[in-house]
Amino acid sequence: MSSLFEYTLRLGDDSLILGHRLSEWCGHGPVLEEDIAMTNIALDLVGQATSLLNYAGEVEGKERDGDSLAFLRFDREYKNLLLVEQPNGDFAITMVRQFLFDAYRKPLFERMQNSKDTMLASIAEKSLKETRYHLKHSSEWVIRMGDGTEESNRRAQEAVNTLWRYTSELFIIDELESKMADQGISPNLMEIEDDWKKTVDAVFKEATLTIPKNNWKQSGGRNGMHSEHLGYILTELQYMQRAYPNMKW
Amino acid sequence: MVSEKEIWQLLEQVSDPEIPVLSVIDLGVVRGVILEKGMCKIIITPTYSGCPAMKTIEEDIILKLKENNINHVKVDLVLSPAWTTDWLSENGRDKLREYGIAPPENEIDKSVLFADPPKVPCPQCGSKNTRMVSLFGSTACKSQYQCNDCLEPFDYFKCLK
Ligand SMILES: [Zn+2]
Repeated sequence: MSSLFEYTLRLGDDSLILGHRLSEWCGHGPVLEEDIAMTNIALDLVGQATSLLNYAGEVEGKERDGDSLAFLRFDREYKNLLLVEQPNGDFAITMVRQFLFDAYRKPLFERMQNSKDTMLASIAEKSLKETRYHLKHSSEWVIRMGDGTEESNRRAQEAVNTLWRYTSELFIIDELESKMADQGISPNLMEIEDDWKKTVDAVFKEATLTIPKNNWKQSGGRNGMHSEHLGYILTELQYMQRAYPNMKW
Repeated sequence: MVSEKEIWQLLEQVSDPEIPVLSVIDLGVVRGVILEKGMCKIIITPTYSGCPAMKTIEEDIILKLKENNINHVKVDLVLSPAWTTDWLSENGRDKLREYGIAPPENEIDKSVLFADPPKVPCPQCGSKNTRMVSLFGSTACKSQYQCNDCLEPFDYFKCLK
C-alpha cells in the first residue's frame, strides 16, 4: 500500500466519519437553526471526503473510486481518528468533539495549502474556507455552554472529560506521518499541535472549562484499531451497497 | 464549427439548480472553456466542497450544449483556485437582490468569536435594521436573516473567502 494512499485515507476517513456522525442529528437538533447548522457542516465534511477518497482511489490505481472506498471497506481498513467516531451523546459532547477536531483541522489545512502534492494542496485550499466557519461555530458553542448555566457547564465539562483521552492521537507522528512530512506532502504535526493548544486554551479559558488531570490516552484509529462504535456507523453507512451491490440512483 | 464565445453565451442559459435566477456564469463557477480536436471541455469549480448542485450543473451543461448540436463535451471539476463570493458577477448580485436573497457583504473576521454579524440590508424593503437568525441556512452558501422592520425572513448569500 502506498504511503500517499494511506495518508489520504486518513484525511478522507476523518471527514467521512465525522460527517456521518453529524448527519445523525438531522431532524433531532435542539433547535431548527442548529439542526440546519449541523447538517450543513456534515455536508461540507462529506464533500471533503468525496474529494479526498476519490483522490485516494486515483493514487491507489486499482479502479476504486471514492464511493467504493467509502462503502466497501472493512472496519480495520478505515483510518480515521477515534475522536470522530465517538457517539454524539448530548449536544455538549457533539460540540466539544467538533471543536477539538476543527481546532486541529484549521491549522492542518492552512499548512497543507503548501503541500508538494498539488491535489492535496487544492483540497486543503478549498476545505479551509469552510473549516473557518466550522471552528467559529463550535468555539462559540463551547464558550456559551461552558460559561452558561450550572447545568450547561456541567455537561460541557463532562464532555471534555470524556473526549480528552482521544486527543493525543491527533498528533502522533508515526512512520507514515514522518515520511509524508519529509517529502513535503503533509505539514509538521508538532506545529499544528502548538496551534491547536493555543486555540483550545483560549476557548477553554473563556468557557471556564478545565483540561482533565487524568492522563489516560487512547489511540489506534490511524492503524485501523477502532472503538466498538465504528462498526455500528459502518452498518448504517454501508447498508445500501451491501444489501444491493452496485446499486446507483 | 462553434466558437468559444458561442459556448460562453450558451452557458449563460444554464441556471444554478438551487438559485435558478443565477446562471452558472453569474455564479462564477465556470472557470474555462477549451476547444480542441473537436472536443469541448468546460472547467467548473464548486462553491462548497459538498455542494449537491455540482452534479446537476454538470449534466445541465452537457444537455444545453447537446440541444445546440455540440455533442462532444467533457466537464472537468477543479478545486483550485478555490471559489470565493468575489466571483459572483455584478449582474448576479442584482439578480439575487431582485429574487429576495441578499448578496454577500464584506467579510467578517471568522477568528473573532461572537463578532457582530455583517449588516445586511433587507432585500424586500431595503431597511438596514435586520438581524442574523442563523449563520447556516437553507443551503451551504447561505445564512438566515430576518428584517426587524418589515419582519420578512430572508436568505443572505454569505461571504466565502
Ligand atoms: Zn424588510
